[in-house]
Amino acid sequence: MIVDLTQLKKDEVANIVEIRGGRGFQLKMENLGIRIGKKIQKISSQFLGGPQTIKIDNMRFAIGCGMARRIFLEVKR
Amino acid sequence: MEKVLLVGNPNVGKSALFSRLTGVRVVVSNYIGTTVEFTQGRMKIGKHQPMIIDVPGTYSLRATNKAEEVAIKMIKEGDVIINVVDSTNLERNLFLTLQLLEQNIPVIVALNMWDDTKHKGINIDARKLEQELGIPVVPTSGLSGLGIKELAERLPEAKSLNQKESSDSLKWKRIGKIVSNAQKLTHRHHSFLDMLEDLSVHPYTGLPIALVVMFFTFWIIRFVGEGLIGYVLEPVFNNLWLPVMSELSVLLGEGSFLHNIFIGSLIDGKIDFGTSFGVLTTGLFVPVVMVLPYIISFYLVLGLMEDFGYLPRFSVLVDNIMHVIGLHGYAIIPMILGLGCNVPGALALRILDEKREKFIAATLMAIAVPCMAQIAVIAGLVGKRGAKYLFIIFGVLVTLFIIKGFILNKVLKGTSPEILIEIPPYRMPNLILVLKKLWMRLVFFLKEAVPFVLLGVLFVNILHTLKIIDFLSDAFAPILVNLWGIPKEATSALIIGFLRKDVAVGMLGPLNLTNKQLVIGCTILAIYFPCIATFAVLIRELGIKDMIKISLIMISVALAVGTLLNIIL
Repeated sequence: MIVDLTQLKKDEVANIVEIRGGRGFQLKMENLGIRIGKKIQKISSQFLGGPQTIKIDNMRFAIGCGMARRIFLEVKR
Repeated sequence: MEKVLLVGNPNVGKSALFSRLTGVRVVVSNYIGTTVEFTQGRMKIGKHQPMIIDVPGTYSLRATNKAEEVAIKMIKEGDVIINVVDSTNLERNLFLTLQLLEQNIPVIVALNMWDDTKHKGINIDARKLEQELGIPVVPTSGLSGLGIKELAERLPEAKSLNQKESSDSLKWKRIGKIVSNAQKLTHRHHSFLDMLEDLSVHPYTGLPIALVVMFFTFWIIRFVGEGLIGYVLEPVFNNLWLPVMSELSVLLGEGSFLHNIFIGSLIDGKIDFGTSFGVLTTGLFVPVVMVLPYIISFYLVLGLMEDFGYLPRFSVLVDNIMHVIGLHGYAIIPMILGLGCNVPGALALRILDEKREKFIAATLMAIAVPCMAQIAVIAGLVGKRGAKYLFIIFGVLVTLFIIKGFILNKVLKGTSPEILIEIPPYRMPNLILVLKKLWMRLVFFLKEAVPFVLLGVLFVNILHTLKIIDFLSDAFAPILVNLWGIPKEATSALIIGFLRKDVAVGMLGPLNLTNKQLVIGCTILAIYFPCIATFAVLIRELGIKDMIKISLIMISVALAVGTLLNIIL
């Protein structure tokens, strides 16, 4: 099923299928290595709509909730 | 002169490599955005000695923020590029490499952080990578010094391929092929550091860890600082320097012009390092005995945390709180640096992308983030009157920080941007490198601060002798006496506060203030204006127009807070 990054549960692994947003946002994500087809593991999410921390390959990122809602993932549940 | 550029993603160890190649010491940390300005130095290895330039990190040649724009502009002006690649994140790093290969400039790859690959279960065949890319590839480690000589030797082999521009998806496809040919991953067990990495960003475990870290930070800074003062520097000053000064005092004769300037006034016939206020007595005592020990202890702890990689995780935990004051979590890093000295703090504001957040952060730093030099003198002076008074001063500053940020966030147009950062892996700090970095910062303090302190004391004594201070004191008396309830003589402290905050606070010492007056005086000195060095950096970073706005905010806040404290306390 398709979820956005905020809906992914802690330690769950999923594949990025879509990144919604303007060219600037897409570019920023791609530059960081967050792009369609990559496998994401969620590490944690802070309280009250705080940042989401994720792991891709050997890299870890913190992403604000608003941006995380624009990243869609295919997850097996 | 040939220009060699170190180009690569953020936090891949460009600055450590730069230090190794040139012998020039630069601040190196384990998080993104330490290098905000380019640094250059002559290469010291081999006969051929080109200029090496440490370029701020960029993920690609298409800029997504100002810092990257600067980096990309610099790349156009180089003659050779050393592309520094993080070998533990080959795939992402190679994107920039492929972009560089499309430029008309020779490139050589430094496969950096090589010593990290083994325990991460990564096996890269550098020879194969070299064949795939068509340019020289050298495994290196800026931290341990591995491969530096080979990199320097092979620099002339750097090749310009000037490849035809290809689309992003083609590049990623090619990268996929390269990586699967040249890199093998083996499974490995999670280490303690790996576990700690994730525990410190989980809210349930991360927040308690943050509290423990903050408690120990505070405790170590105090313990080391007070220890150095009580057991090393005060005894040295009292036993070795005081006799010399006493001799000099007799020689010059109390009350003479030179005595007033260099020794200051005698207290009960004796020199008092805290209050005599001569250039050679209090002028040396403040920076060397009161401030230096706290500078040492603060930068020691900061250096350890920087190299370990804790600060970005801390910034994730405080992100929610920081949004209340119109900033995102990463803005805590300039603030923490500002606690050491506002100048590097102000420079670090460059890691913030937008003008609005820069303005808010600069205002908050200038008003409510006192530097360690100032904190040390406040602690020394006010601490004697009781911890309660210290709590009031720092409590007021923290409250101001939050209230000012909240108001600015409401008043200024726009919203605060969200956090988006890469979190570095934890690395065990190398003690020698930590001490080297500490030494660099101490030299900076001794060279930049101590002369200013001596100059400040000299300046005050001359103004005193010429009775100019008396004139100014009378002019400012209505504000100081009526609004703030402090004696007009404190005017001289306010004047010197433009130059150095530590001396300014020290000048309150000889005035025999009541506890309440001392608290008000220290608080106002912290908020009314940054020191001239910080002011200059902020003008450069924000422009004169924003700085005038910030200055007006600072002065009105100082007026209001001073008056309010005078009424409440």
